[in-house]
Amino acid sequence: MAVSIRTPLTPAVARTLKSGDSVLISGVIYTARDAAHKRLCELVAQGKPLPMDVRNAIIYFVGPTPAKPGQAIGSAGPTTSYRMDAYSPTLIAQGLTGMIGKGKRGPEVVAAMKEHGAVYFGAIGGAGALLSNCVKKAEIIAYEDLGAEAIRRLEVEDLPVTVIIDCEGRNLYETGRRAYLDSVK
Amino acid sequence: MRELDSARISEAVARLCVEANRHLPQDVKGCIACARSAEPWAPACEILDRIIENYGIADRNEVAICQDTGMACVFLEIGQDVHIAGDLRAAVDAGVRKGYGEGYLRKSVVRDPLDRVNTGDNTPAMLYTELVPGDQVKITVAPKGFGSENMSQIRMLKPSDGLQGVKDFVLKVVEDAGPNPCPPIVVGVGIGGTFDKAALLAKKAIIRPIDQRNEKPFYADLERELLEKVNALGIGPQGFGGRTTALAVNIEYLPTHIAGLPVAVNLNCHVTRHKTEVL
Repeated sequence: MAVSIRTPLTPAVARTLKSGDSVLISGVIYTARDAAHKRLCELVAQGKPLPMDVRNAIIYFVGPTPAKPGQAIGSAGPTTSYRMDAYSPTLIAQGLTGMIGKGKRGPEVVAAMKEHGAVYFGAIGGAGALLSNCVKKAEIIAYEDLGAEAIRRLEVEDLPVTVIIDCEGRNLYETGRRAYLDSVK
Repeated sequence: MRELDSARISEAVARLCVEANRHLPQDVKGCIACARSAEPWAPACEILDRIIENYGIADRNEVAICQDTGMACVFLEIGQDVHIAGDLRAAVDAGVRKGYGEGYLRKSVVRDPLDRVNTGDNTPAMLYTELVPGDQVKITVAPKGFGSENMSQIRMLKPSDGLQGVKDFVLKVVEDAGPNPCPPIVVGVGIGGTFDKAALLAKKAIIRPIDQRNEKPFYADLERELLEKVNALGIGPQGFGGRTTALAVNIEYLPTHIAGLPVAVNLNCHVTRHKTEVL
């Protein structure tokens, strides 16, 4: 059974989500990839305001294809998350409580997640056409010059994700694989 | 000598960029369906079902299967009895520009790896040309996503490392990659040649239909053995655990130097796209 959550995602709710949970996310989330993360972290370093409020927010690591006429957004699946590892701890310290991506995260990210109460969700990589159906509205709010990498404000409905790493650092990539291998022993 | 207008190559490249990004090849669909029926782990079955649903949506709605519509790898086999009128390089890039623009595909290329400014039209193509007998031009477009490209590796093994060294290296690459390249993956292996040729072989291995084994029985057996070993790792679809870590292992080889045993492993995600046209 999937758990439904609505943004903003408070640390209190984040702490109730457990590694392996299927979650349906509704509400507003923001997109950002490599180049946007770099700029956000430069602003934090300079003590300047960010283009969106990251407190209790979820960032989706995605660079969508252009929308065809009649679509809210083009294909929009997750990109590989480890490239954001250099930046995520800074944003988590600013109050970010959720990240959606795919693939492994480094120990410094997991440490920040445990300290501040943040969750790492996985969406299905390579299922961008399917996932785009959950996006009802998309608008660029910053860094339009970055094209696909611009920051977008998305309104999503029942975006299907899985908790990969929870606030206590439990990791589905380790437990899921072990459980499968134990089952075929 | 046959004359071929380079504008026809532009048109074909544009078409192939769009088609390859929207419609998964039949051999890949077939392998995903087989993997789904052989998958014993329920969470893995659920992910494979979503993957099948996804390429169905892309087919029906004529949209990109994945948002990473890749770098446009364009392979041209040019018959030596064809004369191409016009600038071939420019014609291929014009095709990529048109296909990625009109096909609502993502522009994912930066002009310089260090200043990282997007070229805005997904050019330049990664262009590979080969001269072959005949008077035709065979064009294959293989959009390559970088989630899996980033997980690829090459190693110059010693001849004494032998077959075991090759097997160990392939398994190491898949293990190191884990969930990152969007499993189930296709594993392209290039053995032999020089440093650069091994990498090219690995890329060509990915483009070969994945339901066809190498025509040399030794390599066909090695492909089967490595697929079984990769699927015993337990990484599974998306890395959540399961049998289906890879759909296929494709191997290509070339003669090499007495001192060398180059091995390149190029990974591709389950969206292993390519489409071919002959002019």
